[in-house]
Amino acid sequence: MKTWIYILILISLLLSCSSDNDEGYSPLEITPTPVNLEIPQIFSNNILPPVIPTENPLTEQGIALGKRLFFDRILSGDQTISCASCHSPQNAFTDDTPTSIGIDGINGTRNSMPLFNLAWNYNERFAWDGKELSLERQALEPVENPIEMHSDWGDVVSRLQNHPEYPQLFEEAFETTMITKELTVKAIAQFERTLISANSKFDRYTLGQTALTTQELNGLDVFLREDKGDCFHCHGSPNNPLWTNNDFHNNGLDATFTDLGLGAVTGDPNDNGKFRTPSLRNLAFTAPYMHDGRFATLEEVIDFYSEGLQNSATIDPLMKNVTQGGVQLSDEDRADLKVFLLSLSDPSFLTNPAFQN
Amino acid sequence: MKKIFVLVFVTTFCFWSCTDDDNNSNLNPANTTFNFSHNWDGIPVNSTDFNTIQFTNQNGEMLSIERLRYVLSDITFTTTSNEVLDLDNYNLVDLTNNTNLEFDLGTQIPPGNYNNVSFTFGFDNEDNTQNYVDLNSASFNVPDMLGGGYHYMQFDGKYLDSNNNEANFNYHAIRAVDNPGMNPTFPQDTFFKVNLGPISISDDTNINIAMNIAQWFKEPNTWDLNQLNTVLMPNSAAQILMFENGKNVFSLESVTQE
Repeated sequence: MKTWIYILILISLLLSCSSDNDEGYSPLEITPTPVNLEIPQIFSNNILPPVIPTENPLTEQGIALGKRLFFDRILSGDQTISCASCHSPQNAFTDDTPTSIGIDGINGTRNSMPLFNLAWNYNERFAWDGKELSLERQALEPVENPIEMHSDWGDVVSRLQNHPEYPQLFEEAFETTMITKELTVKAIAQFERTLISANSKFDRYTLGQTALTTQELNGLDVFLREDKGDCFHCHGSPNNPLWTNNDFHNNGLDATFTDLGLGAVTGDPNDNGKFRTPSLRNLAFTAPYMHDGRFATLEEVIDFYSEGLQNSATIDPLMKNVTQGGVQLSDEDRADLKVFLLSLSDPSFLTNPAFQN
Repeated sequence: MKKIFVLVFVTTFCFWSCTDDDNNSNLNPANTTFNFSHNWDGIPVNSTDFNTIQFTNQNGEMLSIERLRYVLSDITFTTTSNEVLDLDNYNLVDLTNNTNLEFDLGTQIPPGNYNNVSFTFGFDNEDNTQNYVDLNSASFNVPDMLGGGYHYMQFDGKYLDSNNNEANFNYHAIRAVDNPGMNPTFPQDTFFKVNLGPISISDDTNINIAMNIAQWFKEPNTWDLNQLNTVLMPNSAAQILMFENGKNVFSLESVTQE
């Protein structure tokens, strides 16, 4: 009898051990490796740390998956375009046309925004009109937009789920093979947060590593002087190397609006005609300019601020001399301002191997 | 067994008595908060009142407010024995975006009676040379050729000019500067100290401070927006007028204990 009892206890113990092991064992279990963004000195010296959502921390596997998805045409309806089609690394992650063409050959209404230093957008309002309240939410939109990728998230998830490699990549990044659109955009957002540009000539000048020419220095003076360009109130300064205030303004492009911008998002008529202040980094690679790509060259942009302002009810009070058309810069100051602006461009950003397909 | 029970009882009693004392002590640390409200000669102003030309200044010009943010620093509490508790802090009040209208000082202020509580509008010259990453991120800087440092206030809006046309104004207060360029000079200081008077801190305390926005245009200098509207940063005379008018802008509205 005692023998039977011992046998029963032994079997019971073995079963319980076996059960524990089955629940905890996974031959494919890989823990995503956390990644800390390498923050450039020019940023850590001057501005607040980047915004990394706690619900989507950066990992090696998540960033790698996001990069692959960013360049993969699998997201579009007919699988002919990817995110990179309108956000090309060679153009600082924008394209070179006023507006972009979707899979059906239809032009959009807005200029593709360049993508860099996005983790330093502190209020997390993305897109020209601020309609996207996080990078993750932004990445959801183009996939189903009928004049962009014109796809369906259900179809995209199905294609990813049936792909020979993506389920494994999602498991490595998010510890699940169950692919969802939420995880897909999380991965893309992780990759986008790694797109850091902070190696312009002006950055090196600020760090004491190089000198500016007389013309560049005069251009900086024009940029900063309230009685000349007065650009710094919206576009930052050497102390704010993002070269944007991450805010929304009506900069006087139009007297009447065909595109309400932020106003269409908030419903507040006081926001009509307001668009996001773009960073002035990488202007050498991001023409054409403005939310609708109306200006092909930097000269046109500078001429506009100098003499082309259009008055309207919501024009920002920071726009000077509106009745005279703008700040009335001399030809020399215009030329110098352009040279200074080009010193904010960072060619190494275009060739960074981590950002290539 | 009896000894153990007695020990447990005594220990428990000690803990209870300690807890009880702490909860009822008047020496408990109290939270102190600065709250900022804004008005136009007594009529409350908040961001929903922005963007509409509805205010009339002392000079008779009608105007709107589109942006209002300002920094205050160096909050001090002076005890009855004239010891000064200097918090060496700062706060960017942004009425446009309704941020930092409450400035929580936490439990830094010991309960007691204070002869005076004060703050500095803007930064004193030493603090103005420091590097504040949050203010840089908010693009609140003043360019180096204008003396560097930070704005004390950005107050932007529109007014009806003498031809009844809408025009822009940028009432930006900074450290007054002459000779903009490589070697700017400073004719006089334009930050100023605001004294709120005696205040008692016991329980959690709210110090409610009001800014009368109309006062920026009122006294001792009646402000003429047709003359002084934009490009005021390099105008040291305008900065000194702002400094003189600003001294009458803030007042202690009330102190409440919770």
